[in-house]
Amino acid sequence: MSDSKTLIKIQHSLTRRNRAEARFRWYGRIAILIGLMAVALLFIDIVSKGHGAFRATYINLDIRYDADLIGIDNLSDTEQLSAGNWQALPKSALRERFPDVSGRRDKRRLNNLLSNGAGFDLKDRLLASPTLLGKTESVWVLADDDIDTYYKSWLDGNAYEARLTDQQIQWIGELHEKGLIELKFNSNLFNRGDSREPEQAGIRGAVMGSFLTLVMTLMLSFPIGVCAAIYLEEFAPKNRWTDFIEVNINNLAAVPSIIFGLLGLAIFINFFHVPRSVPIVGGLVLTLMTLPTIIITSRAAIKSVPPSIREAALGMGASRYQMVLHHVLPLALPGMLTGAIIGMAQALGETAPLLMIGMVAFIVDIPNGFSDPATVLPVQIFLWADSPERAFVEKTSAAIMVLLSFLIAMNTTAVWLRRRLERRW
Amino acid sequence: MKLKSEQALELDESHVTVGQSFCDNPKMTMRNVDVFYSDKQAIYDVNIDIAKNEVIAMIGPSGCGKSTFLRTLNRMNDTVEGCRVDGQIRMDGQDLYSPKLDVVELRARVGMVFQKPNPFPKSIRDNVTYGPKIHGLADTRVDLDEILEKSLRKAGLWEEVKDRLDQPGTGLSGGQQQRLCIARAIAVSPEVILMDEPCSALDPIATAKIEELIEELSHNFTIAIVTHSMQQAARVSHRTAYFHLGKLIEVNPTEQVFTMPKHPLTEAYITGRFG
Repeated sequence: MSDSKTLIKIQHSLTRRNRAEARFRWYGRIAILIGLMAVALLFIDIVSKGHGAFRATYINLDIRYDADLIGIDNLSDTEQLSAGNWQALPKSALRERFPDVSGRRDKRRLNNLLSNGAGFDLKDRLLASPTLLGKTESVWVLADDDIDTYYKSWLDGNAYEARLTDQQIQWIGELHEKGLIELKFNSNLFNRGDSREPEQAGIRGAVMGSFLTLVMTLMLSFPIGVCAAIYLEEFAPKNRWTDFIEVNINNLAAVPSIIFGLLGLAIFINFFHVPRSVPIVGGLVLTLMTLPTIIITSRAAIKSVPPSIREAALGMGASRYQMVLHHVLPLALPGMLTGAIIGMAQALGETAPLLMIGMVAFIVDIPNGFSDPATVLPVQIFLWADSPERAFVEKTSAAIMVLLSFLIAMNTTAVWLRRRLERRW
Repeated sequence: MKLKSEQALELDESHVTVGQSFCDNPKMTMRNVDVFYSDKQAIYDVNIDIAKNEVIAMIGPSGCGKSTFLRTLNRMNDTVEGCRVDGQIRMDGQDLYSPKLDVVELRARVGMVFQKPNPFPKSIRDNVTYGPKIHGLADTRVDLDEILEKSLRKAGLWEEVKDRLDQPGTGLSGGQQQRLCIARAIAVSPEVILMDEPCSALDPIATAKIEELIEELSHNFTIAIVTHSMQQAARVSHRTAYFHLGKLIEVNPTEQVFTMPKHPLTEAYITGRFG
């Protein structure tokens, strides 16, 4: 009798427990769904805004490379070349397309269809094949960013006229009818540094800057972090000092990144006189930032090596150093590498500390070394997002897409590396 | 009525080890050895000799200090934070705790086999040749291969693994892994082998193989073995030492310990009244 009563009670509580579990599962699913939706929203927003930046508007012109027009007579004279009026080439070619246009103001408006960098593109073309001098060639010439914005929006069906006059819009219409204006792959985006002119601005400079800064960071923070972790885990005596150090490493991880920027400004730049805006100082600051991450993950990786392996090595007469080098490190390495890559991904996305050390400067040249002034991808995004020209909106999103793809690639590598190295035995 | 053992425990304050602790031609000697973990004393005033080429078994209830005792012999206790050893431990007359002694050399001379098989996560070959490599015992690959085969043969593992020397040691069965660990230990030709409950994680068949192996090895090595199993002590050892609460109670030839224990505590333990 009492048995069946117990059973009923158990069954009663069982339904309650099952319901609670089912509820809990749903909470989890909803939480994940919200997360996924946030990510999806982010991606949809960025891609919808940024996909346009991968193509740019070009106008087809019959360019005649006229030495008189440019004002040169010798292609090997660099002084002449740099003084030459290269923009005259596309301007005159465009005027030939629209022979009816007269009057100073109208001509200026017509010229405004062209990017003011178009002439220099033609200069590069001519220098690459000097035999073109005096000949005529059909070339796709880069259009101005206002034209680019208008043309793309017009193709999409909701034309954004903004700063264009009706006349200019009419010219574009005519060009479009003749098939002389087109969207083409925007190689400038990947090949050029920053520019005030959106149609000429690219992320090459920022990507190189990020790369150099990250290399610097990795070269400093990985060896320092791993050595610190090994010493703390395997060699340091457990006393008040090591406790103090441990607490402070964790503190370091919690310090807002802008503080590291100020520290870099005060110490590296003002005291040690490291030049401003260069990957060296960026790497130093980001090293300070990623060190705690690397130390903490490396220590965790070392801790996860079973103590029996250490005993086995010591019992065989290995010194502590041999024990670490031969047995602990190989087993801890996947975890350490994962930590390092995650630290690097953090560093790649970091903006605030770099603002303080001058990596926010407007830098047109693509950096080639650790001591060339540079900026980095997230700072480039910040700069473009801050620019008034409408064409920078899609550039900003495109730069975000590039940054995100780097981050995703790095994190995927971390996961892949971990799986691969761990599968060895 | 009080049990004999309880009477004995009360008597213990000024105890003297019963039986034949000492021998004429000792490999290792220990005099007045105390071991402390921070403030807690784990071993009290142990005096014992270990003879050349004997197998001595340490038995006793859990926490009696037999493993701690074993680990003082190759200074594995050094790795434990706060562990301190007082007294004198000598091997061939040499003080093991002298500051001049290098533990690396000591551990090459006194090998150890642990409770849980702990091969390195490397190939069988690398496991066995690791010791010879770090101690510089072999110059050429041929020498190493010779040591490899010899050690594996001595550990009775050669026939089973000779075709897969380059496969991971962790892929072997538990008993094979333990024999691999023994092969690894004997590869550096130690003088003494310490075994800390080497069969406690193994099934009876694997255990039997290890016990046979111990018997074999005793011709060439001095072996000190800690075991939970009294049968095992009875089967493999020449002398048996009984520890109780950190004190060495009795040392006698194994046969005598298991048939005519001198001390009431020993008797209580081997008759299963506690343990």
